[in-house]
Amino acid sequence: MSIKIENLTHIYNPSSPFETTALDNISFEVTEGEFIGLIGHTGSGKSTLIQHLNGLLKPTKGKILINQVDITSKDVKLQDIRKNVGLVFQYPEHQLFEETVYKDIAFGPANLGLNEEEIKARVVEAMDLVRLPFQELRDRSPFELSGGQRRRVAIAGVLAMKPNILILDEPTAGLDPKGRDEILEQIKSLHQQVQNTVILVSHSMEDIAKLVDRIIVMHKGKVSLIGKPTQVFKEVEVLESIGLGIPQITYLMKMLKENNIKLREDILTIEEAKAEIINWIRGNKNA
Amino acid sequence: MLKDITIGQFYPTGSFIHELDPRTKILITFAYIVGLFIVSSFISYGIVALFVLGCIFVSKIPVKYMLKGLKPLRVIIIITFIINIFMTSGTIIYSLGPLNVTVEGLYQGTFMAFRLVFLVVGTSLLTLTTSPIALTDGIENLLNPLKPIGIPAHELAMMMTIALRFIPTLLEETDKIMKAQMARGADFESGNIINRAKSLVPLLVPLFISAFRRADELAMAMEARCYRGGDNRTRMKQLVIQKNDIISMAVMGMFIAILIYVRIR
Ligand SMILES: Nc1ncnc2c1ncn2[C@@H]1O[C@H](COP(=O)(O)OP(=O)(O)OP(=O)(O)O)[C@@H](O)[C@H]1O
Ligand SMILES: [Mg+2]
Repeated sequence: MSIKIENLTHIYNPSSPFETTALDNISFEVTEGEFIGLIGHTGSGKSTLIQHLNGLLKPTKGKILINQVDITSKDVKLQDIRKNVGLVFQYPEHQLFEETVYKDIAFGPANLGLNEEEIKARVVEAMDLVRLPFQELRDRSPFELSGGQRRRVAIAGVLAMKPNILILDEPTAGLDPKGRDEILEQIKSLHQQVQNTVILVSHSMEDIAKLVDRIIVMHKGKVSLIGKPTQVFKEVEVLESIGLGIPQITYLMKMLKENNIKLREDILTIEEAKAEIINWIRGNKNA
Repeated sequence: MLKDITIGQFYPTGSFIHELDPRTKILITFAYIVGLFIVSSFISYGIVALFVLGCIFVSKIPVKYMLKGLKPLRVIIIITFIINIFMTSGTIIYSLGPLNVTVEGLYQGTFMAFRLVFLVVGTSLLTLTTSPIALTDGIENLLNPLKPIGIPAHELAMMMTIALRFIPTLLEETDKIMKAQMARGADFESGNIINRAKSLVPLLVPLFISAFRRADELAMAMEARCYRGGDNRTRMKQLVIQKNDIISMAVMGMFIAILIYVRIR
């Protein structure tokens, strides 16, 4: 499913002393099956933006088209949109409420009106996706799990609805490095399997650099950069001026290049960099 | 949804009224409430209306914003109005089965509705112009003389501060959890009463859990900073009565005097 945002503006508490323009005339498009990284400093409007994509927030101005359908128009049923657009909130573990892990994950699918069998199949599948052992945890209370496990339960609760567009708001905030990598890895592999459209919100360039097709950089309610990771990382000055910076490995490659060491520039991961540098050393020896 | 609740919200403008000592404002508000009960004619209401409008003007709070605060109460006001219309005996002008509309009822209903409106507008003026912290400071200070007879002034004030402080936080949290459940297909808006009550479970459970967690964390943080109740605590900001406070109280005294005069005239 594709997403198109046209001149979207959102103002919180309009005409009061607490008025804040959280989104300021934003426009961009996401094509079907794309993996997008949405990045920006605290308060840049990321969470506000994604809440518009399934109709939780209404724009002050502008349009949101999901598969060419304007979801801000009155005849659109929001339930239908929410079926298609799955949103995992920041700190989603705070939304858990059921007595058992199974029931909590089943909440979304049950709201879709599926039958028992289908619901069970989906819970099993979703728990597997986030690497939670089904038999062991299905009857446990979500409140006696660890923070990381609770996060996974909450993510599974949205995955079980099988949304065509999956949006995750900082799914890895506050997790340990291993948990973080695992969750990102699972999101990526799910994306590769089913080719859904994914929007991943993050603070960390490191995290999203190697995962996404395109990066959208937000700053003070505006889109300041948009493009492939390698393109975006060329704008080091812009990124630094808004307090973001680029992955360390990209810095390294840039510095090597400035010292006249000819290496590929579009390198995003340590593994790639290693291969490239070793290659270069070998090449030098032979010459 | 929840954004419309403005009762108890602070609206900073830095006006003359905002700068007054909280104690002055609390006392004036009490006097005002008493004043409202002295009122017995629409002429007096005219005076009250002028006074309230004057205060709103001085406070620089938009009238529109004040009226928005009345919105959630319109049901109560309308019910009061209707009950009074039907429940007062007197000259009947219209009959609806066993119910009679009387002239006196109409008069009484309008009267009570106005009283409620003025009550809400006047008291919300207090909370709109006084930050929660200043307000509880004022209350604590006013209650202090009652300490010897066993009124825990400081504890009461602290409880109020905390409660007031967490109202917006809890509203925000409610909003967030509601959205998260709506994203999972929860429906809070349609269905019959039983279904609606059921649909609140996914909202209330996480809300209570987070409220308890917050309470726990707050208690811990206060202990960690050696909070031991009110004895020997000093304050960063001392409350002082100034010239403006005296003027305000004088104005209020005049207002009450006029109301009494109109009443016994
Ligand atoms: N419910 C709300 N009411 C009023 N203002 C809000 C609300 N939510 C967000 N804002 C304001 O809107 C702006 C954008 O907030 P938003 O939550 O979208 O930022 P963000 O990019 O998600 O930040 P973070 O990385 O910290 O999550 C901020 O200035 C914030 O103060
Ligand atoms: Mg956010």
